[in-house]
Amino acid sequence: MEPAHIERTVVPEAAALQGKTPTAPGRTRPFTLRSLVPYGYISPTALLILVLMVIPIAMVVSYSFKDNVIVEQNPVFAGLANYTKVLTDSNFLVALKNTFIFITLSTLVHLVLGLAFAMMLNTALLSGITKALFRIIYILPWLFTIAVIAVIWRLMLDPFGVVNYILTTVGALEQGVNWLADPNTALWAVTFINVWSGYPFFMISLLAGLQGISADLYEAAAVDGANGIQRFLNVTIPQLKPVLISMAVLDLIWTSQQFALIWMTTGGGPLNVTEVLSTYTYKQAFSSYEFATASASAVIILLITMILAFFYVRQQRET
Amino acid sequence: MTTRMGRRRLGMKIGVIVGLCVGAAFAGLPVVWMLSTSFKTNGEVFGIPPRIITENFSFDAYRKILSDGSQMRFFLNSYIVALSVTALTLVVAILAAYGFSRYNFRFKRSINVIIVSVQAVPPITLVIPYFGLVVALGLYNTYPGLILTHMVFTLPYAIIMTTAYFNTLPRELDESVKVDGASGWTALWRILVPISVPGLIAVGIYTFMISWNEYLFALTLTRTNDMRTVPIGIQLLMGQHSYEWNQMMAMSILGSIPVLVLFLFFQRRFIGGLTAGAVKT
Repeated sequence: MEPAHIERTVVPEAAALQGKTPTAPGRTRPFTLRSLVPYGYISPTALLILVLMVIPIAMVVSYSFKDNVIVEQNPVFAGLANYTKVLTDSNFLVALKNTFIFITLSTLVHLVLGLAFAMMLNTALLSGITKALFRIIYILPWLFTIAVIAVIWRLMLDPFGVVNYILTTVGALEQGVNWLADPNTALWAVTFINVWSGYPFFMISLLAGLQGISADLYEAAAVDGANGIQRFLNVTIPQLKPVLISMAVLDLIWTSQQFALIWMTTGGGPLNVTEVLSTYTYKQAFSSYEFATASASAVIILLITMILAFFYVRQQRET
Repeated sequence: MTTRMGRRRLGMKIGVIVGLCVGAAFAGLPVVWMLSTSFKTNGEVFGIPPRIITENFSFDAYRKILSDGSQMRFFLNSYIVALSVTALTLVVAILAAYGFSRYNFRFKRSINVIIVSVQAVPPITLVIPYFGLVVALGLYNTYPGLILTHMVFTLPYAIIMTTAYFNTLPRELDESVKVDGASGWTALWRILVPISVPGLIAVGIYTFMISWNEYLFALTLTRTNDMRTVPIGIQLLMGQHSYEWNQMMAMSILGSIPVLVLFLFFQRRFIGGLTAGAVKT
């Protein structure tokens, strides 16, 4: 996540050349040979990035301007036809709207829950062992793969499941709701599941951030007569701000890429209410075999991600 | 005054404990329910009132999963893929991290930016060309196809974490070997890697977890059941016997055990390594 770690280590050229190496004799030749050494170490990575990133992105971009790709032998150039097709498809626009709701709501709640839990786990009022125990419980949701999380919540949110039992017993509901199959609740239900599965990463990072705040700052604030809320607003939040913003942007990026959770709980249904950009694209490609249309949609997703990533990088630079 | 302060402190303490317990219920109850359901008979899953432990408490669901060859095949596949991804990622990341940490070279910054940005590329964007590539290369429905594509997720993180770890080690360590006439290569494998084992364990666990949990590529780049991994296996179980909830839960738990065990054993190291990569210091 963190470019600064790598960039920060600037090793002086002179120091790098001081050590005796077996290939020392000549003057200019060994120097060029030696200057190739770092590329040797980087080359497997460079090769993999070329094969796994550069070429595939070039491919998907070129697919998006063609027709009859992958399934046909002779694709033809189609200009922007695939893009106009996608951007005028009402299903795509619904997916765009759903994605927006899904990612902003998830990120907001992740942030609030993550911060609340991190602060409780950072309290000076409890012993280290108690806190460590709670910390393990709080991290639990993050340790399960999405397939497992989908199965757990399909069980919990079943019309006859335990969530409905509790809600009807305490009188919050008259009768059980089929949360994941009811068009009125499905998007909220998948967002809730995503909140459950994603908050621990926020919590861990914010906990580390909290532990990094100097106690002097709190003491100084206390001397100035600041109460708990003032200390939170004037010390904790400003100190955590860089982490909070970075995490929020990262979460927007990750959540916008969420596919498995929605695919395995609702499949984008009922009636498209949980269709997001990733499920829309997947269906275009692997259900309808419209690979060219899917590629146009995939490139649009990439562009949205790049805009978010741009904000992330800028945020990292500023801090 | 002191008793008032003491009482207020006690009040806050109780407040925090109550808050922590509510949060723990939110986080933990679904997991407890999964565990509990895996020991029920299927008829008891939606019993009213819901109970954590029922009369027919049994290991039947586990027995069924463990004696089913096709389910076990999913586990074998997941282990083969995740362990290969981990080994390959570690080797490639160690080499790259050494280059980044100990050398200066042209394009260092640009390569760096590319590696960092790889993490942001949406998997759904990659899966379409991957499908085309993997079919063209004859890697469709094979282990190498999955292993290679999983590395796009694992490598950037592994390189960043390993470089950060190497950067914490003083350069004098490898210089001392180089003075004795050894090459950078020797310094890396004889000195740097052995003392980096704690950091590399964290990287390895994270890599294993990503690969073990990966869903989209496993779904699209494999076709037959003898190539499917655990996440797909769990999904298939949902389709096959739609409502054998106890078996689905047993399979989910068995599928989560490797990650849970790794995490519990290396918790401290792991969280330390993770936040070192994610949080600015």
